[in-house]
Amino acid sequence: MSTLAERAVARTPRRLALRFGGMSDRAIAWLFITPSVLLLLAINIFPLLWSIQLSFTNYRANRPNAVIRYVGLDNYRDLLTDPEVWHAMQATAHFVLWSIALELVLGFGLALLINRRFRGHSFWTTIILLPMMLSPAVVGNFWTFLLQPQSGLFNSAIALLTGLDPSSFQMIGDVRLAPWSIIMVDTWMWTPYVMLICLAGLRSIPDYIYEAAEVDRASPWRQFWSITLPMVMPFLMLAILFRAIENFKMFDMVNLLTSGGPGSTTEVASITLKREAFEKWRTGYSSALAIILFVTVFGAANIYVKVLNRVKQR
Amino acid sequence: MKTPVTAHSVAEPSRWSKTTASFIVATYAIITILPLLWIFLTGFKTPPDSIAYPPKILFEPSVEGYVNLFTTRSRQTPEFLASLPPPQTWYERLVRSRNMVIGGPSKVVPRFVNSMVIGFGSTFLAVCFGTAAAYAFSRFRVPLADDLLFFILSTRMMPPIAVAIPIYLMFRHLGLTDTKLGMILLYTAVNVSLAVWLLKGFMDEIPREYEEAAMVDGYTRLQAFFKVVLPQATTGIAATAIFCLIFAWNEYAFAVLLTSGDAQTMPPFIPFIIGEGGQDWPAVAAATTLFFIPILCFTILLRRHLLRGITFGAVRK
Amino acid sequence: MIQTMRALGVTAVVVASCLGNQAVAQTKQLTLCWAAWDPANALVELSKDFTAKTGIQMKYEFVPWTSYADRFLNELNSKGKLCDLIIGDSQWIGGAAENGHYVKLNDFFAKEKISMDDFMPATVVGYSQWPKNTPNYWALPAMGDAIGWTYRKDWFARPEIQAEFKKKYERDLSPPQTWDELKQIAEFFQGREIDGKKVYGAYIYTERGSEGITMGVTNALYDWGFQYDDPKKPYQMEGFVNSPDAVKGLEFYKSLYKCCTAPGMSNAYMSEGLDAFKSGQVAMQMNFFAFFPGLYKDPNVGGDKIGFFVNPKQKFHFTQLGGQGISVVSYAEHRDDALAYIKWFAQPDVQKKWWALGGYSCHKAVLNDPGFTKSAPFAADFLKSMDIVKDFWAEPAYASLLLDMQKRVHDYVVADKGTAKEALDLLVKDWQKVFKDEGKI
Repeated sequence: MSTLAERAVARTPRRLALRFGGMSDRAIAWLFITPSVLLLLAINIFPLLWSIQLSFTNYRANRPNAVIRYVGLDNYRDLLTDPEVWHAMQATAHFVLWSIALELVLGFGLALLINRRFRGHSFWTTIILLPMMLSPAVVGNFWTFLLQPQSGLFNSAIALLTGLDPSSFQMIGDVRLAPWSIIMVDTWMWTPYVMLICLAGLRSIPDYIYEAAEVDRASPWRQFWSITLPMVMPFLMLAILFRAIENFKMFDMVNLLTSGGPGSTTEVASITLKREAFEKWRTGYSSALAIILFVTVFGAANIYVKVLNRVKQR
Repeated sequence: MKTPVTAHSVAEPSRWSKTTASFIVATYAIITILPLLWIFLTGFKTPPDSIAYPPKILFEPSVEGYVNLFTTRSRQTPEFLASLPPPQTWYERLVRSRNMVIGGPSKVVPRFVNSMVIGFGSTFLAVCFGTAAAYAFSRFRVPLADDLLFFILSTRMMPPIAVAIPIYLMFRHLGLTDTKLGMILLYTAVNVSLAVWLLKGFMDEIPREYEEAAMVDGYTRLQAFFKVVLPQATTGIAATAIFCLIFAWNEYAFAVLLTSGDAQTMPPFIPFIIGEGGQDWPAVAAATTLFFIPILCFTILLRRHLLRGITFGAVRK
Repeated sequence: MIQTMRALGVTAVVVASCLGNQAVAQTKQLTLCWAAWDPANALVELSKDFTAKTGIQMKYEFVPWTSYADRFLNELNSKGKLCDLIIGDSQWIGGAAENGHYVKLNDFFAKEKISMDDFMPATVVGYSQWPKNTPNYWALPAMGDAIGWTYRKDWFARPEIQAEFKKKYERDLSPPQTWDELKQIAEFFQGREIDGKKVYGAYIYTERGSEGITMGVTNALYDWGFQYDDPKKPYQMEGFVNSPDAVKGLEFYKSLYKCCTAPGMSNAYMSEGLDAFKSGQVAMQMNFFAFFPGLYKDPNVGGDKIGFFVNPKQKFHFTQLGGQGISVVSYAEHRDDALAYIKWFAQPDVQKKWWALGGYSCHKAVLNDPGFTKSAPFAADFLKSMDIVKDFWAEPAYASLLLDMQKRVHDYVVADKGTAKEALDLLVKDWQKVFKDEGKI
């Protein structure tokens, strides 16, 4: 170790050593933390505060010379009484709930199977992981190609399996099927994510617990309910938390897959926000919507994390 | 090898159960990879083949998609084409055979370069800042540490569109719209939260004894950090860097709102590659394939760290 | 030694400054922003003449139509310096004029003796004036355009098809003059097997994201009697936007969508139409005249196989205006060069060449030329169409008005939400809200 020390001392440039040599721990701590905190303040907190301020005005970013008027809570009132905004929230909730449900079922199921550690399982796992690594925008775009009734892979595949005529249904253009198209694409992309988390959870359960249960002649079903599920629960809840936050914010994939259509069937909250803010340029109004969305997610996440911590302790 | 206590043992599954599991998982994997394979194949179809109905599984391969991706072309009459000098290169010949003339290179290469510059630039900065902050959180008693960390996590809860509104105004004010610098700063800020969370976990795993021993031997804290702690944290830093890169690489919302030309990256570019009518699907497929390759390599190389990265370090295998 | 170094240094500085000046003098450049489509390629070809005459290099920024408004309105709002010249959509005029994005061209026109009387009146009003019908010019009419239709002349000419049609409908199969006739023909072709493939009747716009379905539905609405507001009382929309006739027009467009279009066309605009027509999927296609030169040249469906007709009439005869004017961006750094480009573009011989290359000139010297109607198979239809054009709102708040109409119409036509009357009633309410915000009512 002393040679290491001598070498390090010898290599540290003289000026640097003199300047920083005598720095206290406290100074170093502040030096290390400050850049990150400053950046976050500038790019996250300051804009958030500015958004809050804008939400009380009627500012429009495409009229920089217009007089800014404070309108109090008018924007909030308009938003909360607008049926279209509620419809967007509904569409978002439908998307979040169903996509998470499907991803949970599929992801957990896959994790259970992969945990059997059959031959080649790491190869197949890597294959399953691939969709997660793509850009959601690019995915949304090429799935419009795949979901074309006549030239797309999906309808022809369904036709092969069920005998339906490929042009008889369309996922993206049909009011009843469009919400399922976004759920399907999201599930395709993110099931591996949930699978990985479940796998980690399953692998964290020590073998001896199962062996003890087997000695006690517990049936596999019983083992699942009283050992596997409770011990994987914190991981499942973590997966739900992350997926829910991401899907609530979802914009790229849905915008490129359906443009929020047909009509406004799949217009999730982020799409409404984008249209109000960057197409109608109602900056004040859309800031109010942004604040509402943020408070919703933040509040829900807070409550959820508290519940999660309690589950972890059990 | 342990003999199974029961037929359906979880700790040591039977052969039958392993075989069924492998069959089901393989089926799912094949179904899930089929769309990607189709896109890869579409990159080698001609544009009419790509929109043929019913979809063509057997087709004559052509690199027209890739040529179309890298060039701009215009359709001309056969008389005009006859009046031009003969084509010099294989791709010019291919384009001429479709009655078109190459006008020049397309914008894909600058966009790819932008993705690289902005991706790697923001990753580098995020990792630097993140490592430092993570070290501080790990080793020192920072006041309000838990709250600060939760605040860092909560910055990821705003929809990007929502954050984009004031950022757009800010950037317009500062003249940062459509600049690589602006995008690097923005992505760094977004990635720093991920970096701090991940790296704190990695830092926590490095025993304090090493640097304390070094300091006993006469190093200052800073020297100990650079010479002792950092080398040990290399795998953690690499894993973090990959996740920051994946985010910056695939990001769309900020890119489409805050860039238009100079700083535009690939994700806002790919869905708008137009052919003579609708989208030039072979070119889009080619772009998707090329854009995916770097991330694919990284995924395969760093499989082991994947879990940690996507859960902010909350889960370790 | 030191003297040699000094001498070298001085030489280096001198050489560098000479080279530097040369470099500055040689790279005179203008950036022109437009949408990425066939006419843009034609303009690139045409502008080589400008470069040859003035030595100014042209750089282009072309963006696909679906993100065109988003991208460039964003650019203008951020006071971006990317574009010196912009060929902005006709509906942007109000916003661009009032928010100071475009340079007002009245003085320039007066100085260079460019008269707006030399251009077709509909294009001057549509692409150049704000407020409408006042002599305030913010653009030079660059690309005349309107909605027209193409059809498969070769299918219409087949004897067995003609015979069957005559038997069924007791009239000859020919390009439709009214919307009812168009629907009949579309129903006739819907699902028919031609050359071993199933084909469909018509292709109409249904795009949700930018402006597609609005640009399509207005062609029907105008013909049934839809008006944007009371001609005597501006911004009074009740009874004009949602008149019983307008409701019928909207219902008709939906019935056409449901009965006689190809599957999977629920979010389709100009480019999907080209694909559908070129791949032989549809008998008739609604699209902008801008694409007709390219379609005529197409190896699969062009030449003798393609025919054109004007938007059909019903109670009235209108067609939706397209087209753009070319403007100088106020934030541009090369304003004088940009104005030089406009001066060059306005010359009659340049305009003639523009038409020859595939662009739609708005200059009377081209359009009133006796040989014009014979210069291309769609030229006569283009002239006829430009006589009956009607445009969407060009107000500064046009984006909100457009997005509201996109939503209400798409909700009704594609998403089967509510009735036509409800859709138009809600639209009136939406538009009233916008105008109230603007202080116009």
